[in-house]
Amino acid sequence: MYKILKAEELTTNIYLMDVEAPRVAKYCLPGQFVIVKIDDKGERIPLTICDYNREKGTVTIVFQTVGASTQKMADLKEGDYFRDFTGPLGEPSELVHEDNIDEIKKEKILFVAGGVGTAPVYPQVKWLHEHNIEADVIICAKTKSLIILEDEMKKVGNVTIATDDGSYGLKGMGTDAIKELVNNQGKKYDRCVVIGPMIMMKFTAMLTKELGIPTIVSLNPIMVDGTGMCGACRVTVGDEIKFACVDGPEFDGHKVDFDQAMKRQQMYKTEEGRAMLKLKEGDTHHGGCGQCS
Amino acid sequence: MDVLKKVPVREQDPKVRATNFEEVCLGYNEEEAKAEAERCLKCKNPQCVKGCPVSINIPGFIEEVQNGNVEEAYKVIGQSSALPAICGRVCPQESQCEGKCIRGIKGEPISIGKLERFVADWSRENNIEPEKSAAPNGKKVAVIGSGPSGLTCAGDLAKLGYDVTIFEALHEAGGVLVYGIPEFRLPKQSVVKSEIENVKKLGVKIETNVIIGKSITVDQLLNDEGFDAIFIGSGAGLPKFMGIPGESANGVFSANEYLTRSNLMKAFDDEYDTPIVAGKKVAVVGGGNVAMDAARTALRLGAEVHVIYRRSESELPARAEEVHHAKEEGIIFDLLTNPTEILTNEDGWVSGIRCIKMELGEPDASGRRRPVEVEGSEFDIEVDTVIMSLGTSPNPLISSTTIGLDTDKRKCIVADESGKTSKDGVYAGGDAVTGAATVILAMEAGKAGAKGIHEFLTQNA
Repeated sequence: MYKILKAEELTTNIYLMDVEAPRVAKYCLPGQFVIVKIDDKGERIPLTICDYNREKGTVTIVFQTVGASTQKMADLKEGDYFRDFTGPLGEPSELVHEDNIDEIKKEKILFVAGGVGTAPVYPQVKWLHEHNIEADVIICAKTKSLIILEDEMKKVGNVTIATDDGSYGLKGMGTDAIKELVNNQGKKYDRCVVIGPMIMMKFTAMLTKELGIPTIVSLNPIMVDGTGMCGACRVTVGDEIKFACVDGPEFDGHKVDFDQAMKRQQMYKTEEGRAMLKLKEGDTHHGGCGQCS
Repeated sequence: MDVLKKVPVREQDPKVRATNFEEVCLGYNEEEAKAEAERCLKCKNPQCVKGCPVSINIPGFIEEVQNGNVEEAYKVIGQSSALPAICGRVCPQESQCEGKCIRGIKGEPISIGKLERFVADWSRENNIEPEKSAAPNGKKVAVIGSGPSGLTCAGDLAKLGYDVTIFEALHEAGGVLVYGIPEFRLPKQSVVKSEIENVKKLGVKIETNVIIGKSITVDQLLNDEGFDAIFIGSGAGLPKFMGIPGESANGVFSANEYLTRSNLMKAFDDEYDTPIVAGKKVAVVGGGNVAMDAARTALRLGAEVHVIYRRSESELPARAEEVHHAKEEGIIFDLLTNPTEILTNEDGWVSGIRCIKMELGEPDASGRRRPVEVEGSEFDIEVDTVIMSLGTSPNPLISSTTIGLDTDKRKCIVADESGKTSKDGVYAGGDAVTGAATVILAMEAGKAGAKGIHEFLTQNA
């Protein structure tokens, strides 16, 4: 059992939790993820690591409610427990290798964080900051209230905010913010890291390709075990089929087949929706979901 | 009673069991077991024991059953096997103990597997405890993986007085026994869980949710956590795909994914949150035991199921009993058929599978006749789900993160008969070494590994 030491709603439907998981906290690195399971009957849910404290043995996760299981997770409070909390899984970000640090120091790096994708961007920017590398960060969201981790990010990186509706920062999407920095402010970047909704990563990677900036994206596909066993998370990168759980989750954004990845992500939409229906209706549920008699 | 024939074992009716996940075979009762045991010839030079990878004293335990001493029979088996309720159900007895049985020359062999199962089930129902471990010897051994090889190795070492911790990557112990083999062949709660509890009663600790190679490495276990030796029994978990067009379409699953969702995550049960696509018409590609398990699972979820296999019936690698059960339940076998492409609709979902007819040519390296495509014989089968069951290979997570651990070109860990690897103090066995094989061969390797580790640690004392 893994104790929840802090549970907080960052904004509507986005939650942050600190979880006691010493084995995960001991060796995890930015870019890696964990799998959590609420109780005996719960799903295995993959979540990218947002922060960690090796001394306290805690790992921070941030998640958005998208279905029945994440809704159940949002109901957990400080002092509650996860039945399972496994990790770290996947490969760390290629930026956070101590032996490569002198090379990375020569680069100008731009992070583009979309919505809840700000959470996995944060530990990478923080790690670089702790190694005296200052990166630029664009945080973008639909509207001001959906911007998360702004204060934390400002302590470790040079932050630009963009909102689709212009309610905060630049008006426009992440791509507009990149154009502002590159075309209007004359900034040059050697590398771009984009983490956010699949559609946002797709269009951002298309722009950075035009601009000639090598780009990394972090995928969060459907997974079961997270250790390379099921192959549910397979994704086409260039000519190859990769498993996001063990080969990723970060890949070359200019090579990922986003259209296929988006189709695969929809796979359980109907079933998830049905489970959601069942949960929402509770005791008054009388069929129609296709799962009960 | 015809002494040349086995006492028949009771099974669920095929029509009934095709719609539920309850166990197919109901096993012998005490009377049936005694009658079957009476058929044993008590050979002076028992061939059955030679056919058993862990050398159970088979005539010895059968004699105890004849005499009605089931508890004694359990102790006899316990000297060689820690998991009799599992082996009695999933061992390929027809090619092992029963295949060598002298009674089988003229008539049917003794039903050794069903007798083993009876002894184990009776002992569980009557709360018979396994034998106690020796006094602690103060040495720590880590076992990686809680499947058949790991459980066997851990149990044997604990009996010798070692302080054993099993590290399991998933959230439940059991490995392939819980994620791979379905409930209707191997009940999880009553059989697997209780055999694991018996291993724990020997003093073995099991830590779940620890992925060796990620959470911690083999070298860190040796250097930082004070383990004196390590046994790697991490299995062969990586699924293979065919590499044909359309394989990334929605509705194409590895057998591992399909079975893990159903067995480990219990997606077939409404009470559990994990979803599974049941499918209306399912194609399972492959002819091994895993393919039969996937096909029979899809059938129970309500689908019409086709098994597509490129050779003929006599080459099917699955156990004869599994093929027989699958046919009884209504699985359709499309033999001498090989997929060439998975067809998809505009939403990216599977709409069919394009296949080509095959014929058998000359024998290949495996000794089986090589299937050859019949030119121009392509045809389409309309399906909405495809399950790829083409075998598995070992996961490189451990071998790639352990300094000085040699693997072969199939990514299998190199180990000798005692389980000894290229790295001092590190032993390995089971599918991680051999590639995908059977539960009992993994147990044999677990036993050998325990013996190897014991010799290593007593020599170094």
